[in-house]
Amino acid sequence: MMRKAVPVREAAARVVPGAVVMIGGFMGVGSPHRLIDELVRQRIGELTLICNDTARPGFGVGKLIDAGLARKVIASHIGTNPRTQALMLDGTIEVELVPQGTLAERVRAGGFGLGGILTPTGVGTLVAEGKRSIEVDGRTYLLETALKADVALVAARRADYHGNLEYALTARNFNPLMAMAAATTIAEAEDIVAVGMIPPDVVVTPGVLVHILVGREPRT
Amino acid sequence: MTDKDIIARRVARELKDGDRVNLGIGLPTLVAKFLPPSLRVHFHSENGIFGMSPLPGEGFEDRNLTDAGGRPVGALPGACAFDSAFSFGVIRGGHLDVTVLGGLEVDEQGRLANWMVPGKMVPGMGGAMDLVTGARRVIVAMTHRSPSGAKIVRQRSLPITSIRRVDLVVTELAVIRPTAEGLVLTEIAEGVSVEQVLAATDARLIIDPTLQYG
Repeated sequence: MMRKAVPVREAAARVVPGAVVMIGGFMGVGSPHRLIDELVRQRIGELTLICNDTARPGFGVGKLIDAGLARKVIASHIGTNPRTQALMLDGTIEVELVPQGTLAERVRAGGFGLGGILTPTGVGTLVAEGKRSIEVDGRTYLLETALKADVALVAARRADYHGNLEYALTARNFNPLMAMAAATTIAEAEDIVAVGMIPPDVVVTPGVLVHILVGREPRT
Repeated sequence: MTDKDIIARRVARELKDGDRVNLGIGLPTLVAKFLPPSLRVHFHSENGIFGMSPLPGEGFEDRNLTDAGGRPVGALPGACAFDSAFSFGVIRGGHLDVTVLGGLEVDEQGRLANWMVPGKMVPGMGGAMDLVTGARRVIVAMTHRSPSGAKIVRQRSLPITSIRRVDLVVTELAVIRPTAEGLVLTEIAEGVSVEQVLAATDARLIIDPTLQYG
C-alpha cells in the first residue's frame, strides 16, 4: 500500500490554483489549520472555497481571505468576518450564501451520488431565486443541487495510519460530509495513532476514502 | 435589569421541562440563565450537539466544543455530538421543540426578517432559515424598536427569513402572538401601558381581551 501520511507542504501542494476546495470547520473549530497555513505560505490562490463560514480575520478560513487567495466563497455565514463582507460588497470576492442545512445537504448529496435534495428551507425567500420548486404531497420544496469539489481539506481529532478518522465534539460539523464529496480528500488530525487503536465502531470517516493524511508536525 | 434581560427572562417562561431547544446567537443566548434549575431543557446547537450547557464550567473549556457563535460551551452528562447534516435533520425533521431567534423586523403576517440589510450588512442566514422553517415553535426575542425605528411593522423593508409565520414575539415592552387574523397583543411588561406599546409599533395590533399585565 502506498504511504498515506505526507508532510503538510506536500499535502497542501495537491491543491492547484483555481481549484474548488471544501474546508471543514465551524468558526474555525474543526478546521484543518495546518493545511490552511500551508496554502497561505505557498500562496495557492484563485480558489473557490466551500465552507460553512469564513471564521474571522487571522483565524481559520479567514486567513485565506486575508491572503487574497479566494475568488469565490460558498458559505452560510460571513457575518463574523468583516473583511469577507467588505470584499463581497466591493465585488472582489463572489459570495454565494446558502442556508446552513442546505449547504450540509448539498455537500452530502455530492458525496453520496445524489443530484440534489428537496428542502422546504428558503421557499418564498431570496434563496429561491432561479431555483426549481417541486411540490410533494401538497408541500413546496426547493430543488438544491449537489456540491462537489476538487479537494476536501478536513480535520479530525484522531487518525490512524490507514486514514480512519474520529472526530471531537462540535469539531465534527462538515468534515465527514466533505470527506466524501471531493475527488481528493486530505485529512489532518490532532493525533495520529497506530492502526487498530481506533475501534471500527468509532471510525466515522473510513480510511479507504481518505487519500492523503497530513503527517505529524516535526519535533523542533 | 436591562431590556435584553427582561426579554430573555420572559422567553424563559415559555420553555417546558423536556423541551429540545435551540437558542440563536446574541440575545437568545441569555435565555438559559433565567431557567429555573429544576427545569431540564435539552439544548441543541446547529454545529452539532445535543446536551450543550450554555454556561461552561470554569476550567472545562474545550477548543473542540463551542456554540454556533464559536464561544466555548459545556456539555452535560448524556450529551452527544453529530455532523452538520444530522444537526439540520434534527431541525427540519421536527425534532426541535423550540427555537429562539433574534430579529430585525416582523411584519403583520408574522414573518421574520433577520439575515440581511441589502447593501449594508450581509452576514448570511447561517442556520436561521432552517430553524424558522423547521422548528415546531419559533419565538422571536428582540428589542421592540431599533435606533432607526420600529421593528414590528405593517410592511417589511427587509428580505424574509422564511414564509412561515412565527409563533411568538417577545420584546421588552410586550408579548405578541402572530395569528392568521393579525398580530395579537397578549401581554404587556411591568410598568408599560398599552398606549406605549401601540406608539412603539408600526403595525396594527389586535388587543387580546384577556390581555395580561406583567
